Formats: sequence, C-alpha cells, structure tokens
Amino acid sequence: MTTINERPEAGNRELPIVENFSRRAAVKGGFATLGAAAFVAAISPLRHAAQNTSAAEFLQKHYTELSDEQKADVIARLEAETKKNYGAEVTIGDDRPIPGTKFVYAINLSVCNGNGKCVEACHKENNHDRATHQSYIRIVEMPKGTLDMEQGSTTYTGVVPKDDKFYLPVQCQQCDEPPCVDVCPVKATWKEEDGIVVVDYNWCIGCRYCEAACPYHARRFNWKKPEVPADQVNPDQSYLSNRIRPVGVVEKCTYCLHRTRRGRLPACLEACPTGARVFGNILDEDSNIRWILDNKRVYILKEELGTKPAFFYYFD
Amino acid sequence: MSSISTPPTTDSTSHITSYPRFIGRSLWLATEGSFGFYAWMTMLTALFLVGANAWAHQVAGGMISTHMTDHVSWGLYIANFTFMVGLAAGGVMMVIPAYLYHDRKMHDVVIIGELLAVSAIVMCLMFVVADLGRPDRFWHLIPGLGKFNFPISMLTWDVIVLNGYLVLNLHICGYLLYMRFLGRQPNPVWYVPFVMLSIVWAISIHTVTAFLYCGLGGRPFWNTALLAPRFLASAFVSGPSFIIVTMVLMKKLTSVQGLEQPIATLTKIIRVTILINLLMVASELFTEFYTGGTHVSSAKYLFFGLHGKTALVPWTWTAIGLNITAACLFLWPGLLSPKFRLLLVAACLMAFVGTWIEKGMGLIIPGFIPSTLHEVVEYVPSMLEWKVSVGVWAFGLMVFTIAIKAALPTLRQPAQSTDT
Repeated sequence: MTTINERPEAGNRELPIVENFSRRAAVKGGFATLGAAAFVAAISPLRHAAQNTSAAEFLQKHYTELSDEQKADVIARLEAETKKNYGAEVTIGDDRPIPGTKFVYAINLSVCNGNGKCVEACHKENNHDRATHQSYIRIVEMPKGTLDMEQGSTTYTGVVPKDDKFYLPVQCQQCDEPPCVDVCPVKATWKEEDGIVVVDYNWCIGCRYCEAACPYHARRFNWKKPEVPADQVNPDQSYLSNRIRPVGVVEKCTYCLHRTRRGRLPACLEACPTGARVFGNILDEDSNIRWILDNKRVYILKEELGTKPAFFYYFD
Repeated sequence: MSSISTPPTTDSTSHITSYPRFIGRSLWLATEGSFGFYAWMTMLTALFLVGANAWAHQVAGGMISTHMTDHVSWGLYIANFTFMVGLAAGGVMMVIPAYLYHDRKMHDVVIIGELLAVSAIVMCLMFVVADLGRPDRFWHLIPGLGKFNFPISMLTWDVIVLNGYLVLNLHICGYLLYMRFLGRQPNPVWYVPFVMLSIVWAISIHTVTAFLYCGLGGRPFWNTALLAPRFLASAFVSGPSFIIVTMVLMKKLTSVQGLEQPIATLTKIIRVTILINLLMVASELFTEFYTGGTHVSSAKYLFFGLHGKTALVPWTWTAIGLNITAACLFLWPGLLSPKFRLLLVAACLMAFVGTWIEKGMGLIIPGFIPSTLHEVVEYVPSMLEWKVSVGVWAFGLMVFTIAIKAALPTLRQPAQSTDT
C-alpha cells in the first residue's frame, strides 16, 4: 500500500494500487523489447551506410588541424578508396596557395557566345556525376537590353549565338566577403590566401546553409554518390578541389586550384573557343587581367549585396 | 509490492536513491492507461518506426530520395523545423500569465506549456538531423569536440538557444515533478529564476531562428526585418492553439480540474496574436506588391504562381482561408461558451494548420523560387520526406503524451500556491 504524495492535508486520492505488479511489469517490458527490436529492424539500412564509412574517416580532424603526416595518411586512404570504389588510379595532391597570389577571373560578355564548352569542361575536369550532368558553371541566356536575370534562361537550346541574345556564364565568384563561409556552422568552408573559397568535403555536415546563403547559385550538394566510369575519371586531383566527393556534402568551383596553383589555367578557360575568359593574378601589375580591370567597362554581378566578388564581367 | 511505485517516506532519503525511483515511477505512470491510450501509443510507435525506416533509407542511399534540389535545397524538414521552434516558443504564453501576471489558475497547469516546449524542441532537433546530408558527422557541431563557427554563423546560435531552451525546460519540469514526488514544497529559488530566464529564452529561440533566414542578402523573400516579429506572432497563435486542444482533451480524458480559466486566457491571447500576425502578413504583402519589381517574384510565386508554375498556390490560399476564418471565430465572444467547445477546437486546429502552412512550406520554399539565378524549379516533397516528417511528429507526440501522463498527479492536485 503506497501513496504518492505524503502530504495528508492534500486529501488526494492515492495512486491506484497496482495489482499484479510483476505481471504488468513483464508485459510492459515485453512490449518495450518488442519496440526496441522493431526500431533496430527499421533502421537496419544504416548498416549499409556504416560499412562505407571507416573509423579513420569518421574520426578525421578538420583539414587545417591535420599534421603533414596525418594529411599523407588521409590522402593515401582517399586514393585507395577511389581505386576500390571507382576502379581508377588517381593521385590526390595537397595544393597550397602560392604566396603573393590573388586569383581573379573575368569574362568578356561582348565575346561569349553561350556555346557551353566551359560547362562541359568543368563537368569532366572536376569529376562530376555523369548522370546529372553536374557542373559548377551555369550560363544564362539574356535578351539584349537588360541585365535583369529574371528575363534570362538557363535552359536555352538551339544554335548560338542568337541575334537578340547575349550570354552570362555564372560560377563561384570567390567573394572577398563570402556569405557561404559566414553561415557554415562547422567552418567546413573557408577562404584561402589566394582568394579561393574551398570546402573540406570530409568535414562538411551537409546542412546546405551555404547553398541558401550563396547569391550566385555557386554551390552544389551531392544528393547521391557521384558516378564516374573508371576511364573517365580525371586522375589529376587535389584534396580541396576535384577529388571525387563523398555523398551528402557540399562542393563548389575552386578556380581549378589543382591546376592554377600548379601554374596552369582553369579548365573552363582552356576549353573556351571564343577567348572570352581571362584569368590571372591581380597582384601582378603586368598581368592581362590587371590591364582589363583597369581599362574596360566592368560589371560586377549583384554588386549591391556587398559580397565583393573576385569575378568580373566586362564589355568591349 | 515493488519499490518502483513506492515513494520515499522521509526527506532524508538520498537523492541518489530517490531520483532513480522518481524516474522509474514516472515511467511506470506514463505507461499506465486505458485501452484508448495504448491504441494511441501503438499508433504513434508504428508511425515513428515508418519514419525511422524512411530516414535510414535516406542516409543509406543519399538525399536523392528527397525531392530537394540544388535550386530548392531546403524543404519539408526545415519547414517543419521552423514551425516547431514556434510551437516550442508558444508555450511561453502560459508561463507569462502564470509568473508575470500571477494568474493562479494558469500557474496550476503551466507545466503543460513547459512540457510542450520540451517535446517541440525534441522534434526540432530531429528535423535538423533529418535534414543533414552527413548525420554521422553531427559531432562536428559540438562545441569543444568539433569546430563551432560561433558567433559568426547564426546556425551555431540556434544550436545554443535551442539546446539551452530544452535544458531550461527539462530542469523546470523535472524539478517541480521531483519535488512533488518527494512530497516537498518546491523551493522558488531553484526554479523561479529559471522560469524568468525561460521567458526571455523563448523569445530568443524564435528570433534567432528568424535571423537564420533574414540575414541572407541573396534571398530577398527572407531578407526582411519583419521576419522575426512575424515568427513570434505566429508562434503565439500556434502554441496556445495546441495547448487549448490539449486541455480540452484533458478535460474529457482525465480528472484534471481548473482548466476552464486557462483555456479562456489562452483564447484571449490568440484573439490578439492572430490579428497581429494577419496585420504583419498584410503589411508584408503591401510592401511587396505595391513596390513591384523583381524582388516581388517570390511573393508572386507564393500567391499566384510564376511562369505558369503554381505548386504552392493552393497551399497558400488554404492557409489564408484557415487563418482568416480562425481569426473571425476567435473574435466572436460566444466562442468561449462551453456549448461551442467543438467550435473552439475547430478554430484552434484551423489556426494551427494555417500557421503550419504559412510558416512552413509558405516561408521556406518561396525563398528558393525563383532561385538566385532566377530559375523557377518547383519542389513537392517526396513520399520519403512525408514519412520521415510524420515519424518525427509521432515521436514528438509520444514524448508529449508520456510527459503529460507523468505530470498528471501534479495536475490533479493543484499546488497550494507554491510561490507566496
């Protein structure tokens, strides 16, 4: 015989006396066990996911906190995984910024004819998922006489250039005030000394806040595991750029840092047949890009947002 | 006779032994009930399991099984999350009358609002986890262990305020229930300061959640100073609505007394908040449509469709219809008469669903349509997303039901004015 409340003055009814306590306890215990078992069965697909994640990957530290030795281990592991999962022999570099370099990009809108070669080159260079035709570049076909993207189209077809249109390729603007970096809750994305905004694909938690924050539609999420046939994998890779990304993380244009930090040009520029694209180090006073920015009429996309892009559009 | 159901007989019993017994007894009580109760819990368990299974598939196969895209990169999960934060904050509308205006009757049942806050925050956290592409890396978000981008990222603020609010409410409810279990008078020093803090904190969780969106310059639809006040106004509609329905049910199903006056107080609160909410919607609409230009595109999409794409339009007008009907009903003085009880419940449900649409899908989706490059890519949740969302709701309702059950003895014997 028990009471719940020891205060007699409350005059409350005692708790209903539990009859056959042990029987009821057994029944409840039975149902709890059943529920737990059903829960384990319900989440069993997770076992599959767990098999694809090694303990080393799970415990891996943030890129900026890895020692050289740890980086080497991580890269060796990633290369082995690419071999195992994609059947491709790749080398993953750890390309760091070149001191005294600040990369900027410019596109001549008077020349670009919307042929889309840059989109395709990006797709191949950066080991994008083949089925979804992923690329870091989108081209907006705009009617002449406006810069209002509301009137543009990214899904244009047919022979280009059309007489009444001009073409506006958009990719990551590598902003000096990047909203995507500010919003990341885990510092999985940051701006490096040469101006390139990078993502640690092994640290990103996949919340996609950066996708919401970016005003240029520059970020992509890996909604599924990227599929690239072994013979099409670009083996020339870097940890912070075009290595094949894991599922569930965000990625973006890195100005092809695996090329540009080794003295080469971005793949989109090399692929451009019109010569509309100019890339270079703005700190170099004799550079082509410096001359263009000093002498041409330059347009900055969504300049009013204060993101300070390192990407410029110009006209002849 | 087991020790689980036996409360301690003296105050000198150590907390080390009495606290586990308190937990055990609460759990035991919470799982006692009628056939209807067991049917309800079984149904919720089944729905939760369906959701858990769907989520496991999503994690295993990637989020391709949702209908989110790079254009609309947040969907039903974040919509529900946003609404849930409001529901959690809404519970404070019981706390304010109880503690700031010393409304005795409200004070007796204020724990309902606090338990709702706990359940809603649990659902919030589950919706955030459901939205993560890499839930296995959740630990990167834990301050100290991971890399916490505080104070720059508003999401880190949200992590802090949501978990803080959860802990605050767990402490308040847990302390009061435990003291009741021990048969002791709760010591105001141990909970009243926390209650006061929780009032400010409730405002903060919804303000910070609004700041998540309204700080993004690239999304004109969200980039408005009115967002945080609107969030609060709608939270003070949805929260009290849910609590009124809960109380009406408790009147029917339990022997808890003294619910009539709190129901009336909450109804009077909704009368004001629902109008403030509608006023702010109208103000927003005027600014958008009278100004015109490209930044009105999202609102156009929401209300009328854009370039022939109209997926959200039926939702929007349903929400407006529900909200306005509910507002009219709440304004009618007769609504509080006991013979119109069902009408009151209907008004609450309308306000609740109306707010859910308005602050869920109606807020999140137009932020992405048109996209930042002005592409119009529509979003309709996939079956998997619905399953996961229903699963989270079911789990939250389970937590709420169990919590209310455990608190019933307290509610049956209103405290003899604990704070004098």
